[in-house]
Parts: sequence; C-alpha cells; structure tokens
Amino acid sequence: MDFFAHHILSVVLFTPLAGALLMLFIPRENELAHKIAGNIFGVLGFLVSLPLVRWFKPEWGGFTFQETADWIPSIGAKYHLGLDGISLLLVMLTTFLGMIAILSSWSAIHLRTKEYYILLLLLQTGMIGVFVSLDFFLFYVFWEVMLVPMYFLIGVWGSDRRLYAAIKFFLYTLAGSVVMLLAILALYFYAPVLAGGTRTFDVPTLLAAAQHFSDPLKVWLFWGFFFAFAIKVPMFPFHTWLPDAHTEAPTAGSVILAGVLLKMGTYGFIRFSLPLLPSDPLLRHKIIQIVIVLSIIGIIYGALVCLMQKDMKRLIAYSSVSHLGFCTLGIFALTPNGLAGSVLQQINHGISTGALFLIVGVLYERRHTRMISEFGGLATPMPNFAAIYLIISLSSLGMPLLNGFIGEFTILQGAFQVSKAWAAWGSLGVVLGAAYLLWLYQRVMFGPVTQFANEDLPDLNLREYATLVPLVILAFWIGIYPKPFFALIEKPVENIVRQVNPDFYKAEHAKLPPAELPAAAAEMK
Amino acid sequence: MNIPIINSIVSYLRGDGAVILPEIELVLFGLGILVIDFWIEQKEKYMNAGLALAGTVFSAFTLWRLRAAVVARGEFAGFHDSVVVDPFFLFFSVLFLAATALVILLSVKFLDIEREQEGEYYALLLFACVGMMLMASGIDLIVLFLGLETMALSFYVLTGFLRREKRSNEAALKYVLLGAFSSGILAYGFSILYGLSGATSLGGITSALARRENLVHVVALSRLPSAQGQQMHDLLARQLPIALNFDPLTLQLLPVLAFVLVTVGLFFKVAAAPFHQWAPDVYEGAPTPVAAYVSVASKTASFALLLRLFTSVFTPSQKTSQEQWMYLIAGVAVASLTWGNLAALTQTNVKRLLAYSSISHVGYILLGLVAWNKTAFTGIAFYLFAYVFMTAGAFAVIIVLRQKGLIGEELEDLNGLYQRSPAAAVLLLIFMLSLAGIPPTAGFMGKYFIFLSLIETHHPVLAVFAVLYIVPALYYYFRIVVHAWLKQPGEAPRPVITSAQAVALGVAVFVTLAAGLYPEPFTKLAQYAFGQ
Repeated sequence: MDFFAHHILSVVLFTPLAGALLMLFIPRENELAHKIAGNIFGVLGFLVSLPLVRWFKPEWGGFTFQETADWIPSIGAKYHLGLDGISLLLVMLTTFLGMIAILSSWSAIHLRTKEYYILLLLLQTGMIGVFVSLDFFLFYVFWEVMLVPMYFLIGVWGSDRRLYAAIKFFLYTLAGSVVMLLAILALYFYAPVLAGGTRTFDVPTLLAAAQHFSDPLKVWLFWGFFFAFAIKVPMFPFHTWLPDAHTEAPTAGSVILAGVLLKMGTYGFIRFSLPLLPSDPLLRHKIIQIVIVLSIIGIIYGALVCLMQKDMKRLIAYSSVSHLGFCTLGIFALTPNGLAGSVLQQINHGISTGALFLIVGVLYERRHTRMISEFGGLATPMPNFAAIYLIISLSSLGMPLLNGFIGEFTILQGAFQVSKAWAAWGSLGVVLGAAYLLWLYQRVMFGPVTQFANEDLPDLNLREYATLVPLVILAFWIGIYPKPFFALIEKPVENIVRQVNPDFYKAEHAKLPPAELPAAAAEMK
Repeated sequence: MNIPIINSIVSYLRGDGAVILPEIELVLFGLGILVIDFWIEQKEKYMNAGLALAGTVFSAFTLWRLRAAVVARGEFAGFHDSVVVDPFFLFFSVLFLAATALVILLSVKFLDIEREQEGEYYALLLFACVGMMLMASGIDLIVLFLGLETMALSFYVLTGFLRREKRSNEAALKYVLLGAFSSGILAYGFSILYGLSGATSLGGITSALARRENLVHVVALSRLPSAQGQQMHDLLARQLPIALNFDPLTLQLLPVLAFVLVTVGLFFKVAAAPFHQWAPDVYEGAPTPVAAYVSVASKTASFALLLRLFTSVFTPSQKTSQEQWMYLIAGVAVASLTWGNLAALTQTNVKRLLAYSSISHVGYILLGLVAWNKTAFTGIAFYLFAYVFMTAGAFAVIIVLRQKGLIGEELEDLNGLYQRSPAAAVLLLIFMLSLAGIPPTAGFMGKYFIFLSLIETHHPVLAVFAVLYIVPALYYYFRIVVHAWLKQPGEAPRPVITSAQAVALGVAVFVTLAAGLYPEPFTKLAQYAFGQ
C-alpha cells in the first residue's frame, strides 16, 4: 500500500500499458476475452486514478505526487512525474473517457479486436504521460508516442477515407511537434547550467530559468511551442486535419480525439506557452492579440461551418474548433476567470462532445450512415435516446444548469475584464453554437419519421446507457455545483496569472473600495 | 620449445601485429573459407556462414582485448605510425563486425533461394570488413586508401554476385564505374595532400599544412603597404626569398582543392547528394543482404574515414577556414536531405525507397559535421550506431519476405504483411518509426543529438530545415507501414522466418528499442568513440 501511495502516478500511468502487454498473451481468436480484458483494464485504469482525487490537496498550489528517477543522466533527462490541479482534472478526464470509450466499442468493433483494445490502452498511457510529465524529454516522448496508436485506430478501424485521414493527422501533428522539439532543445541549451555542470530537462526549472531570457529569445521559443499546440488544439488555420480525423475515426477514437487529445494542446498552452510570453508589455500584447484573433476566428468560423455540414460527425468535429476557440480565448485573456473557465471548459468539452460522438456512434451502429438527411423524427422510435441527446446538446451549447454554461460564462467573464470586444465576439459564438446544435437536433429528432428504415430503430440498450448516463450526470454536476472543480484549479491558475500577468492583481487591488480602511482606522482610534 | 618461426610470429603479434590482429583473424577466416569451400557439399554450404560468423566473433573478442590494452596504456600505433588502435577504431570496428555478422545471418537463406550459395560470398564479406576496419584504424593515406579499395572491390563483386540476374550485373557495373571514378577523385586529392606536405601520415600532413598556413599568412602580411608589411617583406627576403614570388591566393588554393577533392570523393562513397546517383540502382540490383551491407557498413566506414580526416588533416586551425568548409558541407547536407526525402516519396520499390532514405540520413549526419562540437561528435557516433541497426533491421524484413517465387521488394508485395506474419509487421513498424525518428527509438536519439548540436552552434535555420524533413520522411516510411498493416493481403504466401534471420531481427530490434528507451549506455559508448 505504501508503494502504491508513493508511486501512484506511475501506477496510473502504466496500468493501461500493463493491460496492453497482458493482452498480447490472449490468443487472437478469442474475441470475447479481448473485449472483457479491454474493459477490465479500462475500468481498472479509472479506479487506480481515483485515489488521486482523494489524496489531492487543493490548497497546495504546486506539483504533488512527484516521482523522480534518473533516466539518461548524461543529458540530464529524468523520469519526473507530478500533478497539479489542472493536470489532475485532465488525467481524470482521460481515465474516465478512456473507460467509456472502451466500453462504447463493445459491439462496434469486430475486426482485429485484439489490436484494437491494445492500441486503445497504449493510447491511454501516452495521453496520461503527456499530462503528468514534468520533464521535457519525457513529455516529448509521450507526445510523439501517442500518435502511433491513434494513427492505427483511424487507419484500421476508420470509415472510407481512413488512410488519408490517418496520415494527415499524423503529419500535421508531427510537423508541429518537431518544431516544438527544437524549442525544447533551445530552452534546454539557453537555460543556465546546473551546479555540477549538468543540464536539465526539468519543466519547473527550465520555465523558471526562461523568465530571465531576453525577449527576442522568449518570442522565438513561444512560437516554437505555439505551432505544436495550435495544431493540436487545433486553432484556425491549423485545423484542417481535425474534421477528417474525427469523421473517419471509429466512435471511440473520435471520443478520445475530441475529449482528450485536443486538450493536450490547450494544456501545453497553459503549462509551457504562457510562461514564455515576453515581459515587454507591448510585445506581449501583440502576441496575445494575434492568438486571440485566431481564437475568435476559430469560434465564429467553426460555428458557421457547422451550419453547413451534411454529415453529423463532421458537424460535431467542426463544433470542436469553435469550442476550443473559447478555451484558447480564455487562456490568453490571462485573467483568473478566463483561465479557470478555460480549464473547466476543456473538461466540459470532453464530456459534451465525447457524448455527442457516442450519440452519433449509437445512430451509426443502427443505420450505418451519418448523413443528417437520412434521419428525421427519431424521437418517436427512440424516446429515451432523444432525452439524453437533448440534454447533451443543451450542455454543449451552454444552457444554464448544465456544464457548458459555467465554462463559457466564466471564460467570457474573464475576456470581458480585458476587452469588451472579445467578449462580444465570443457571445456571438455562443449564439451560433445554439443555432447549429439545435438545428441539428431538430432535423434528426423532430417531425415525422421520414425514412422507412428509421421507424423501428431500437432505443438505447443497457451498455449504451452505461456509456452515456455517467456523462449526463457529470454534465449536471458541473452545471449545478462546479465549486469542487474550481477549487482544484484555483491555486494553480492564480500562480500562473501572478507569474504571467502580474499587473492584473495590482489593478484588482486598486479597484477595491478604500472605505473599509478608514472605518477600521476610526475604530482603532 | 624454441622454434624460430613460432618465435618470430609471437614477437610479431606482440608488436605491430597486435595492432591489426582483428583484421588478420578475419583474413585468415576468409582464406580458410575459400579453401574449405572445396570440400563442402553443395547442400552443406551454409557451414561457410558459420565459419564466417565465427570469424567475426573471434575478431570481436580480440577487439575486446585491445580495448583493455587501450584502457591500460592509452592508444597505440604500429607499422611506423600508420595504423592506430584508439577508441575511434574500436567503436567503428564493433559496428562493422556487428553489421557483417547481421548480414551473414541474413544471407544464408537468401543465397539458398537464389541458388548462389558459395563460399566466396562469405569470404568477400569478411574481406570487405577488413577493408572497413583499416579505414577506421589507418592514420596514413596509403593505409586508408588501401582499406577503402579493399572494401570497395569486395563490394563490386558482391553486388554482381547473382550472376544469372541482369539487374545484379547492371548494378555491379554501375558501381564499379562510379566507384572507380570516385576513388580516382579521392586519390587525386590524396596526391595533392602528399605534394603539399611531402608526407603520407596524417600527423605529418597536419603539421605541414599548419606550417603552410602560417607561411600564407606571412606572405599575405608582407604584401601590406604598412611598416609591418615591410618588416615581414625584409624577413622573408632574408630567410626564404623564393616565398616573395608566391601569390597568397594560389598558395591557399591548393589545400582547398585537396579538401574539395577528398570530400567529394568521400561524398560519393557515402552517397551524399548530388553524388548519390549510384545508390538507388546498386541497392535495387544487388542481392538484398549485400544492399543492406553497402547501405549500412560501407556508409559507416566512409564516414569513419571522413571523420578521421576531419579530426586531423582538415581540423580547422582558424575560424575562417572552418566557416569556408562548413558552407560546402552544409550545402551538401541540405541537398542530401532535400533530394533524398523528396525522391523517396514516389518510390514503389522498397529497396530504392530505403536507398533514397539513406541519402537523407547522410544529410543528417553531415549536419553533425557542420555543427562540429562535442554534442555533434556524440550525435554522429550515435546516429551511425542507430543507423546500422535500424537499417539492417529494415532490410532484414525485406529479406525475410524473399521466398521462393516471390521477390518481395515492391511495396505491393508487403500488402497485408500484418495478417501473414504479425511479428514481421511489428518489427517493420518499429524500424520505420526509428528511421523516421519517432521516440522512443534509437533513430530519435541520433537526431536529438544532431539537432541539439545545431542549436548549440547557432544554426537555427539548418535545424528547422532538418526537423521539418522528418515530416516527409515519416510519410514515405509510413507508405511502407500502410502496405504492411492496412492493405489486404493478396496471394502472397506467409513468410517463413529461419532461426538465423530471427536472431538478426532480434538483435536489430533490441538495439533499436534499447537505444531509444534507455540510451544512457549507448550515449556513453558514442562519447567514448571520440575520447570524451
């Protein structure tokens, strides 16, 4: 038990990998055994991550559960893991969605079942690794390694244009990440040498050292990292891989892609890009302006494109561009509200969009088509499905009492504190979001049943409930009582804002009403 | 016991002989194979392979003993300072022996299928290895050139070893012509070096060139219309009147010419663009194990020779001259990256594709030369080390595919390899990832050091070039993966992996993964090669 407590992060990280390795020994022909084993390890991966929440102390703003071991001493790379509130939420999202994605594949995958579950589990380890690595070298390894299983998930189990989508996904992400590799190396090289003459890849050390870099160097480093993350998020104009990959991937792949993979980009922005912003206010303002404008274009453009889609999955894929635009808007507003809202919205997007992809998957398994025109009036044969779909749609479009509202509202609040125009554009995005999601719902669910084939579609079965209901519960939970979530990220967010935007707190203090002090002073007299 | 001949042999082996003992053993085994081959039945010819393998093991063991000697008393030279045993030689020789052993293991079944199972083949493999080891150990132009030619001649014959195959003959002829041409260029460069210095030993040439550079400096100063210039003029007039007639520009030109000729000759040998034209044809036509050998070992050996020259004769004594030759090498490196990567995109023959990809790898290694600092040395050594095993592994998979009635070299032949032989497909994937430079593989670590050295020496533009070429590289490596993993299998039979092939594949994949997952010992080894 003691070992478990001290190496909890390693356990969480390697449980899926261990599962994948064990599954190698199950004979290929035994499909059922693979399904069961895959699900067991999915659930196990989630269960071992639960103690993280239990043991986490939100008051402590730094990294907890740290583990360090030498890995490549000659270059200073270490096996260094650690967790703060932000990464905790993302790790929990990963293990949770991973479990659901694995469960959702039960009846969808018949081809090469063994490899499918092994790859999903490998992917889990890769994604968790990205969120818990505190060593740039380790981080990069996980960041790259994770591409391979995702490539195969799209390439083997995807739909018609899977080969094209898979390699496009790989190449786009790779192009960004190799540039990031150079940025990492530059950061590593320009940081002062440690005592004892060695260099280090330690993330906190390097980012602290980066504070003393000259502004031009910081700007170069910032852009170096920016491309990797912007492609991953994806921000406009780097988003073109996303609709293809999301649309062609199997349901579980889409859930993981939208739910977790995109968050690696936003996580990278928060963790690595923000500390690299130059200290010169004018220069910083310029950079932020560029990023914010791209975010707003992403929000509006993504939403407009959604209105035009004929394919349900492609529509939801584009909606990710729009929703992730909110997340980057919140991050680069550099206010506590914006950042906290952004982190929460990342979780929300994982929940809502993950659920939307599951819903498309439910329809696809029944009809083997994703075309909106093939559906209509599904509320009649599938009433329970209609209810859940409605809740998820409302959560995605930002209905109060559901999770999306909290996230978007907080982000817009944070943006508003900086610029009213940003908030205005963002709000336009919310309106458009309501438009495309409700219109989609209307076309698919309402009205008379248009197609003969849709008349007797069976409603949700038990397994589908098991995948969707937890997400619905979470949506309500965050929508009604988001405090525990905010409590987790409050400290890290405050630390980041204090570091990158110290003026914010000064301005806040200046705004405080000065009335209290004289009163207290009067009492003392 | 006092038999004169034994005594003289023993004393020889204690003296100069020790320096080339690993090579002597290989030669003996090679000659032994040639003799024994007469007595071996046709269906037992595989025993030649066992003998050749034993030769490499013996030689490797001797290297191990030599290493102990180097640790004990430092590096030592023999034959009037023309052959040296130092960490550089030990590192590269181990690589050559490993490559030779891998190729031997991979050849047995291949030759059976081609019905060319002959003893000469294995003897030639060993002789080529001897040539390569001399290229790494020679510190004299003559020894270096002899080593190079020993290797090259063996390769010419090996390339054309499939007598009944037109492509093999064509490849051999092309290889001979271009190889002789490039050797000629190299020899011309060597002769100029000799003419400039009057010495063939690298040390002698280095000091002569340094003196010469000083003289050029003085002559240039004496032309200045200042007081100092006049002083220099007087000094020269007293001590070396003939120098007054020299033109400083011409004086400088000859070393540059020698440098250009030598490097161009070697660029041919390592197949750097634009001197690479022979590589794809030779790879495609040669028997696949020989193609692997040419790709892996001849390239590494030529790099060893190149590095030996660069660390002595062409060591930049002044910053300016370094910058001059850096431009040449950087240009060739970028050309190799561009040409190799872009041409590989459209290949349909796996061997040709690997040929072009190997050209791009040369580009990466040359970038390490451009950076020219400690990290770069580590990077070059690590890269070559990784390159040997991952490329040999990739070729090994192609060799495994070669069955009776199936050539297995076209991309189409790989279709559905995953269904036919999952193990081969997984190995192929690992080698492709490593070749592309995706962590955690050996290929990534090699690239890591090269990129880091470029950043350290302030070559950001080259670094960006280099990293971005990973993207097209991944694309063409994954064309192979797509065929092996995602296409449906056709009529092709299931490949049968012999135990020799399995051992070779296992070693290659072990090193490729181990050097990526736990690079520490391999980094230490690479640092050792350059005495760090």
